Amino acid sequence: MSMQTNSPSPSANTRLLTYVDALREGVAQEMRRDPRVFVFGLDVDDHKAIQGSTFGLVEEFGPERVFGTPLSEDAMTGVAIGAAMAGMRPVHVHIRMDFLMLAMNQLVNIAAKSHYMYGGQVRVPLVVRSMIGKSWGQGAQHSQGLHAMFMHVPGLKVIAPSNAYDAKECLIAAIRDDNPVIFVEHRLLYFTDAFVPEETYEVPFGKARVCTAGGDITIVGISNMLVECMRAHELLAEEGIEAEVIDPISLLPLDVETILSSVRKTGRLLVVDNAWTGTGASAEIVAAVAERLGNGQRFEAVRMGYAPTTCPTTPALESEFYPDPAKIARAAYAMVRPGQPAWSPDPERAKLAYQVKFRGPF
Amino acid sequence: MTKRAPNSVVAAVASAADIERIYRSLRLIRRAEEEVARIYPSNKIKSPVHLSIGQEAVAVGVCDALRPDDVVSPTYRGHAAFLAKGGELKAMMAELYGKATGVTGGKGGSMHLIDMSHNVLGASAVVGTTIPVALGYALALKRMGTDRVVAAFFGDGATEEGVFAESLNFAALHKLPILFVCENNFYAIHTPITKRWATERLCERVETYGIPAHQIDDGDVLKIRAITANSIAQIRRGERGPIFLECRTYRWREHVGPNEDFDAGYRARTDLAPWVEDDQVAKLGAKLSDSLRAKIDASVEREISDAVAFAEASDFPGPGALRTDVYAN
Repeated sequence: MSMQTNSPSPSANTRLLTYVDALREGVAQEMRRDPRVFVFGLDVDDHKAIQGSTFGLVEEFGPERVFGTPLSEDAMTGVAIGAAMAGMRPVHVHIRMDFLMLAMNQLVNIAAKSHYMYGGQVRVPLVVRSMIGKSWGQGAQHSQGLHAMFMHVPGLKVIAPSNAYDAKECLIAAIRDDNPVIFVEHRLLYFTDAFVPEETYEVPFGKARVCTAGGDITIVGISNMLVECMRAHELLAEEGIEAEVIDPISLLPLDVETILSSVRKTGRLLVVDNAWTGTGASAEIVAAVAERLGNGQRFEAVRMGYAPTTCPTTPALESEFYPDPAKIARAAYAMVRPGQPAWSPDPERAKLAYQVKFRGPF
Repeated sequence: MTKRAPNSVVAAVASAADIERIYRSLRLIRRAEEEVARIYPSNKIKSPVHLSIGQEAVAVGVCDALRPDDVVSPTYRGHAAFLAKGGELKAMMAELYGKATGVTGGKGGSMHLIDMSHNVLGASAVVGTTIPVALGYALALKRMGTDRVVAAFFGDGATEEGVFAESLNFAALHKLPILFVCENNFYAIHTPITKRWATERLCERVETYGIPAHQIDDGDVLKIRAITANSIAQIRRGERGPIFLECRTYRWREHVGPNEDFDAGYRARTDLAPWVEDDQVAKLGAKLSDSLRAKIDASVEREISDAVAFAEASDFPGPGALRTDVYAN
């Protein structure tokens, strides 16, 4: 099945590239361009190279610019911050986002605040790459998206690209940005592909993409949930419902305007997050739209995300934990056609996008 | 257990010019902080101050052995390191007043002093957080091919944070050009070291990471300076990477605020007595002629009163500054 629908169409200078290759190409091009860029983190230089996303970098750029670290997330984040303050441009890679909790002090108390609390005397051009998972039996600590924790803190930028095209452009933009950027990658996106230009390109953060135009309902999908929302969009279209699917890409800063103008048109907003809903990104998006809508205009809003539990390991329960295309399509249908009998898509056709291709192991 | 530094190193040689310069720095920091303590009850300074009165010798001894292009990473009790490294007193005083002319335009206050033009990195209120940041700065200096050195200050409490151990390991592994300076004043806020450490063998703990460690137990400013100079020379030559100094010292005032707190019961005034008897400001001053000392003292007083006047006369930042510098553009 196609996963390219949410990114730009093919053109002369593009080729199909996987998300993981787009990440690797983006950072390699930046390292060639700017000697201040370096990549470090546990396992970035081992034979697996963070799912291949740092493969070949140490051979091309040497161990001073690509190096593994001790298991010291707290200190290593401080090292990245100090090096950034001194004028370098570190890319700190974490194989799982869960380990960022060990670096929370440095990220929140130092990285986010330094430019402000030191009166503009220092900048922290730091990129923190981290992977979020989904269970394939990975359980509680490798199946969570924690981006909302960072969206709370002014001074950080948080981005969650959903496709290879954006992965490359966002990583390049993050490296060139003079602020600390939390770069959220979903494991299941790594082997999805999209048409990606060969040259470097960059878009400013804070611009959402309208992936499909539609007047019935606005659906916002975060990270890999965008892919599932696109699947739901296809299922809904067969029922005559036109959903406008939006990929926010950048969560902080958040492009409220694009979502807002869509909601002004549709009057309905469904936000699907790869995280819990409570005090999360979906809560923020709904609140931001509600605050700005104005003129007494009403809209209906529904949030979807993880069930409010810790993620279980067994497939029998994990399917209940996550949103999926069927749940998304059902919820959208109920919003657009209230009072009509409940509808549910054919379960075989509503499988999660990754289930069509993915065979594990992680 | 006390491990004294080797005598060959301790044979501190200081010229008359050295003594004069070091005395001036000690005196300036002492008097500036006494002035802060005097002004504090007026409520003009609305930033919590952690005074280092009594501890000046560590900052002055270390910083006097550094080059101007070397870097210092101070703590939230950092007025001394800030000033000893050449940070601007006027801008520091204005910062304490919350004025736009302060080192961060009033956004950081006493606990977040910085002066990058004099290579003073920013300080942090969260204990130990600046240690790895100083490491990262040292890593960058090394990668850029310079022979500049970073001196990272922290207290005894910071050595209990996990990030301290992580930082020692990484600094040793990458042979980073960094001098770790532990200002051991025996208290973390009000909790004595005896309630926090199973043993006081800090230097031995550090040495297990492959880092040479020296304890200076008497607060002697010239000894601190001499051992620092020796250490910095080794680090600069790039031979062995980091070196660690444990400088024992004593905080004369309360943890935060302008007053003494011996009536609080967590420490005794008798503990203070030997440090006052050995006061480095007075000791260095006694090595100078009365007329020279009086001349230096007068110039220090002028500098401080100028700084206070500057702070008083400066404007507060306008409300528009609230939202500037959240992000770097």
